[in-house]
Amino acid sequence: MALVLNDEQTMLRDNARGFLAKNAPIAHLRALRDKRDADGFSRALWKNFVEMGWAGILVPLDYGGLGLGHVEAGVVAEELGRTLTPSPFLSTAILAATAIARAGTDKQKKDYLPRIVSGDLIATLAVDEFAKHHPEKSAMPATRAGNNFKLNGAKTFVLDGHVANLLIVVARTTGKAGDTNGLTLFLVDLTAFGVRAERTPTVDTHNAARIAFEDVSVSAENVLGKIDAGWDVLEGVLNVGRAIVAAEMVGAAEEAFGRTVAYLKERKQFGKAIGEFQALQHRAAHLYCELEVTRSAVLKALQTLDDSFDRAGAIVSVAKARAGLSAVLAVNEAVQMHGGIGMTDEFDIGLFMKRVRVCQELFGDSNFHADRLARMNRY
Amino acid sequence: MENLENFRKETRAWLEANCPPEMRRPSQTEDDTCWGGRRWVFQSDAQRQWLERMGKKGWTVPEWPREYGGGGLSRDEAKILRQEMRALNCRSPLDSFGIWMLGPALLKYGSEEQKREHLPKIAHGEIRWCQGYSEPGSGSDLASLQTRAEDKGDQFLVNGSKIWTSYADKADWIFCLVRTDPNAPKHEGISFILFDMESAGVSTKPITLISGASPFCQTFFDDVLVPKANLVGKLNKGWDIAKYLLTHERDMIGGMGGTTENRSLGQIATDTVGTDNGMLADTVLRGEIAAFEIDALAFRLTMDRAGDMAKVGQAHPAVSSLLKYYGTELNKRRMELVMSAGGTDALEWEGERSREGRTARAWLRSKANSIEGGTSEVQLNIIAKRILGLPGA
Repeated sequence: MALVLNDEQTMLRDNARGFLAKNAPIAHLRALRDKRDADGFSRALWKNFVEMGWAGILVPLDYGGLGLGHVEAGVVAEELGRTLTPSPFLSTAILAATAIARAGTDKQKKDYLPRIVSGDLIATLAVDEFAKHHPEKSAMPATRAGNNFKLNGAKTFVLDGHVANLLIVVARTTGKAGDTNGLTLFLVDLTAFGVRAERTPTVDTHNAARIAFEDVSVSAENVLGKIDAGWDVLEGVLNVGRAIVAAEMVGAAEEAFGRTVAYLKERKQFGKAIGEFQALQHRAAHLYCELEVTRSAVLKALQTLDDSFDRAGAIVSVAKARAGLSAVLAVNEAVQMHGGIGMTDEFDIGLFMKRVRVCQELFGDSNFHADRLARMNRY
Repeated sequence: MENLENFRKETRAWLEANCPPEMRRPSQTEDDTCWGGRRWVFQSDAQRQWLERMGKKGWTVPEWPREYGGGGLSRDEAKILRQEMRALNCRSPLDSFGIWMLGPALLKYGSEEQKREHLPKIAHGEIRWCQGYSEPGSGSDLASLQTRAEDKGDQFLVNGSKIWTSYADKADWIFCLVRTDPNAPKHEGISFILFDMESAGVSTKPITLISGASPFCQTFFDDVLVPKANLVGKLNKGWDIAKYLLTHERDMIGGMGGTTENRSLGQIATDTVGTDNGMLADTVLRGEIAAFEIDALAFRLTMDRAGDMAKVGQAHPAVSSLLKYYGTELNKRRMELVMSAGGTDALEWEGERSREGRTARAWLRSKANSIEGGTSEVQLNIIAKRILGLPGA
């Protein structure tokens, strides 16, 4: 497949960009932050997303979704990255929709997917237990109790965890931490007895929560996929999340870079535009190259998820690792090249730095993915 | 699509039937690369056969028009040919600056007579070309070149000297930038001419490099007479051709990856430092190799994407600067890692085991990548000016 967007994808990008510039510019994020919004996102804006079909972008047509591919979802994510818009897009439309569509029974799909599409259900994935992403080290036990399972323990960094109606919880049914066998996915209602969510918003004013489980009872029919064999499903869901977050980083990095290049042309010191200084020109040109090279890897990762989902692991790691490193470079250079004004809260550029830091960490940072690639290549 | 699949099948069958087995083994020495030319001595019958067969198909230059010795293939067909050649480990039948650099420039700027005269001889490996660009006083500031071509009626009288002329001592003809108007601003007095290296007054002197090899020469022109019919394009308009050709040179250099070593970096390092629990025992080196492999794959995809964008008319003309800058810096990084992973084995300079210090010599050779064809710094200047639009660049 050619490494360019087709006409429909280009149109989707242009529409998304136009819509977000008008309805959710960075001022939207600031407003949520400054009024300490209890939800951490705008339900009115989410309703708009639902109307445009974004909540069901990956949901198959049979369940009322748009049934589009990962390239299209990445196009939307990239635009959300440009405007730093907080929304349940990643948690609900990407992670939860992928998990349920790929692993759900007919009944589970019928129960949940249409409600994701209609915006009635906010759902999310609860996987991380530690400060660093290591899904195979998940240790939180789910023990059998008759026909049910009992969950005990805690999950951290759960996106939109305090506003979600449905949690997809990764828990250990057999084996020990580090084994990829023995993990099982459970569908858990946030209002279930024993579930406690503590909101832990992150540095970028996006939603995360720590969720504690105390003797939470889950029936066997709320197992998502196969018992003990949740790893393959989880890897697939995480790969989608990684590629989509990489696309979001491309958007955030390019926007920060574009603003920086504009500033280099406009800011004058020593009687000339600072963009005339070769010290800055070469750094800007280098950064441009890094971002272009990253864009190629991210597009390829999204296309590979569409073409051969089960073989996407390596290219997804390349994309996520590159996106993390080049986006971090982009936002650091952005603040440095803006000078003192870049350090002020009033100026937007620092907000890009905050969001990129969170995205770099989400579902494995660049080091995690370099290590993963080295393992795949057996060295 | 169906036609392309047929083309793939036919191509594979043809390659299997026509590529001699000796030409499907990795190159061992520099002489395994066929450069052609009047004085080329074929390494083997297989090398000669392979060139002749591919030349007859036009597949030494698959995308050139058939009337000029090319294969007349579409971009997609040429890509399939490359893929199928890679799949069978077929060596390139012919490498040459005529193919990579002069050919594209002649196709765009040459007269009909020039195309008919020169392109088929490039395609068949009959004439080997060299490039007369840099001069002792004109490196990054190429447009300051001083080699003069004076108007003598039907001929130009050429005097001056070129440097870093790759394989000038082995080449048959030269494409050369000369100053035809010394009074015009520097970019506007340059012309692009072609002449035979056997012309009276041409001499070459090889330059030994840090790798120990002498691929480059200093080339001297002492009252060389060149027919005016060998002027390409318009008089004093050679800079446009020079720049166009440079984009092809940059693509060629940017796309070069060392082929001296068939093992992956991970494998080389595993062989020297060993593993611990299935992971490379030197964990810092392991991280560096993984980071490199990530960048290398992303760069290969960027070359693909640049091709795909060109096809749909979205390519930026300065993209060759991006590819040249990134590709050469990456290749230098790769060779540094090859040296690190190889340890003291990689330091051997002589002897059969190291094939006369192949690794060390390739490492030293790679340092020129970010200098030749416009330095990395020049590429960054071009990107800053032409893509980012930064002022005063």
